[in-house]
Amino acid sequence: MYPFIARRLLATIPVLVIVAVLVFLLLRITPGDPAAILAGDAASTEQIEGIRKTLGLDQPLPVQFGIWALQMVQGDLGESYYYKVRVTQLIAQRIEATFSLALVTIVVAVLISVPLGVIAAWRFGGWFDRFLMGFSVFGFSVPVFIVGYLLVWLVSLKLGWLPVQGYKRIDAGLWPWIQHLVLPAITLSVIYIALIARVTRASVLEALGEDYIRTARAKGLPESKVLVKHALANAAVPIATVIGIGIALLIGGVVVTESVYAIPGLGRLTVDAVLARDFPTIQGLILFFSLIYVGVNLLVDLSYVVFDPRIRY
Amino acid sequence: MNLKRTLVAVGIAAASSAPIALAQAQTVLTVVPHSNLAILDPIWTTAYMSRNHGYMIYDTLFGTDENSKIQPQMVDTWTVSADKRVYDFKLRAGLEWHDGAPVTGEDVAASLARWGKRDAMGGALMTFVDKIEAVGKDGFRITLKEPAGFVIEALGKPSSNVPFIMPKRIAETPPDKQIAEYIGSGPYVFQKDEFKPGDKAVYTKFTKYVPRKETASGTAGGKRVHVDKVVWNLALRDYQAQVNALIKGEVDIIENVPFQHYETLVKDPNVEVRKTKIGLQYMCRFNHLHPPFNNVKVRQAVLASFNQRPFLQAQVGVADLYKPCPSMFTCGTPYGVATGSDIQSKGSMKQAQDLLKASGYDGTPVVIMKPTDLSSIDKLPEVAAQLMRQAGLKVDLQAMDWQTLVSRRAKKDAPKDGGWNMFCTAWVSPDIDNPVNNAALPARGASTPWFGWPEDAKLEELRRAFMMETDEKKKIAMAGAVQARAFEVATHAPVGEFTQPLAGRKTIKGWMTHGLAHTYWNISK
Repeated sequence: MYPFIARRLLATIPVLVIVAVLVFLLLRITPGDPAAILAGDAASTEQIEGIRKTLGLDQPLPVQFGIWALQMVQGDLGESYYYKVRVTQLIAQRIEATFSLALVTIVVAVLISVPLGVIAAWRFGGWFDRFLMGFSVFGFSVPVFIVGYLLVWLVSLKLGWLPVQGYKRIDAGLWPWIQHLVLPAITLSVIYIALIARVTRASVLEALGEDYIRTARAKGLPESKVLVKHALANAAVPIATVIGIGIALLIGGVVVTESVYAIPGLGRLTVDAVLARDFPTIQGLILFFSLIYVGVNLLVDLSYVVFDPRIRY
Repeated sequence: MNLKRTLVAVGIAAASSAPIALAQAQTVLTVVPHSNLAILDPIWTTAYMSRNHGYMIYDTLFGTDENSKIQPQMVDTWTVSADKRVYDFKLRAGLEWHDGAPVTGEDVAASLARWGKRDAMGGALMTFVDKIEAVGKDGFRITLKEPAGFVIEALGKPSSNVPFIMPKRIAETPPDKQIAEYIGSGPYVFQKDEFKPGDKAVYTKFTKYVPRKETASGTAGGKRVHVDKVVWNLALRDYQAQVNALIKGEVDIIENVPFQHYETLVKDPNVEVRKTKIGLQYMCRFNHLHPPFNNVKVRQAVLASFNQRPFLQAQVGVADLYKPCPSMFTCGTPYGVATGSDIQSKGSMKQAQDLLKASGYDGTPVVIMKPTDLSSIDKLPEVAAQLMRQAGLKVDLQAMDWQTLVSRRAKKDAPKDGGWNMFCTAWVSPDIDNPVNNAALPARGASTPWFGWPEDAKLEELRRAFMMETDEKKKIAMAGAVQARAFEVATHAPVGEFTQPLAGRKTIKGWMTHGLAHTYWNISK
């Protein structure tokens, strides 16, 4: 297993290099000049040109890339054009909010969707199964921001139970932290509940048709044990895969959720950086997200060994 | 054992909640600004958020009151020599920087020098200035090469770039570099450690600030602070979420009420919606370098077709919030006259069609840049395109995000090579209310500072004459002459005025909504 992990970790290097080159080039061919944005509405063409020089944007592309690559090798993602702060510092400031939201979302989604999927498979064709499938279609179809606004209107404005917006750091207390995460996490988890429940249902349904399930039942095992210990355990690999994909997809999902609930996280930072053409921040964030993707995929691969002892690396 | 643990836990919880209780005793005003605060140097950028940040922590030599009159602020007294070339100023007693040092004439001289290198009006003033020097500890002198009629107006200009006064060591930062220290002498102290870009900016009351005795008015008068802390919520930028947070009482003020939410907030019993006293102007700018707008007759045809009402109805929609105005300097201001505006204010589609025929227009398409992500101006290009089509022009309406637009408008290339013919924008009145600061009026061809690059020697002469005139009555007439010439050569098209509503909880008192900038003194909760 260790050589496998080492190989996978080494494989991240070319992935990151390719991502770095692509992102760098894509940003340079995208219309929009960071200098013009920084200068403000009333700035003159001379002022914009001056800022371009200060930022080094007047240098040839290979020189700009070389400077950035050198910084990156030293573990420095550069300085934000927009905020004049190191990109690593910006990411550090925002990471807690995004990770909190992602973590709570995934926990909520898994805790709800896996049992629902198992029950739907167990009661295949019944009203619960049909209800869950209907909910899945709803979960996939309704945009995140609509769910968000509806929940805010009902839970915050009409019932007054939870705050409308904002984020409290966990060191401000567990309750304020949870209070500010409940609605965003529910909002964001709807689509993941739909996705994971559907995959769980399909996987468990397939497992329930296997001979070993018939054997387990013939041995007189209680149905709950048959479902959890035999069917669910054997269906775990595709479920783990889809949860892993879900974590990766969350990065995109948090952008909208963080906007609707005014959470100062990485999603919001990405949007701001793109709108401001803040090249170092966008590049740094995408590299950071790439690392997370690679890390999550590696963890998912490793989890297969736990769920299915037949798998060896 | 369990009981003991519980008691310890309760003790720790009680101890840790003590500072929270103290913090809650402070009066905190939570504001949702109109945009994100990123750049903390209000001289380096013209961004309005940076300007508003400047008003929190810096003071100004002069301010502009709600009637657009310049009033002394840091300055106590001043004299002008008989030949109108030497201005001597004395600063008020008790002015102090946030780090405890006194404000001196040297600080002022350094600050004005840096501002003069960045700001358009400051730059115009510097063409008249021979030298700026400190006189004693609390005075400074401006010596001019020749008389200028806008010295005090420039020093008291309320909008970007505002001549904020900074300590000498900070003001000596090269003008093309951003400052790195944020020490002012204004009513609030910037809490740099608590600043999180895109999340929040925190300002605390500067307890040693000595306000003027006069009543606060605009950016002038006594800047009295009645709250302990002002927090700018920079994360809350979704309009619907802003409105929800205000209704729920999670924030005290939102600076920018979208027109579509205006009625909702007006009806809310706990919210007060206010209109700013001084408004904004929409304008569409021609690119004078390329066909068809390098032809004055075509530009005049467009002016004749640009009835302001359709622009305002489409963009604002709420009749209470807009009004057509024939002046390029905005109505209700000292120079807000209608002189020479007939081509637009009394224009018609028939006249536009006739002018276009007479222009020899060859069917060159007009590239209009339309920002799709800026709801405050995104309908203007649609209306402009429709009116121009009716007049007989071919129009190529190109959608893009605002940041692409601001980058592209700086290009002087032909439209087919990535340039442009027209874009529309909005200006706050104080940025365009006279012939010196109105960015659309300089007409020096390709060297014109603002995009569009008109060229007209006569207009430049008239602007220069206005700058040199010191008699106020004559200046009004001269501003009319500048405007008449600008309409004649069609530098740009003003397409109506509006006020941007703001909203706050009814528990807020003394809130100033003058519209010159967003300022947070005189306010209590």
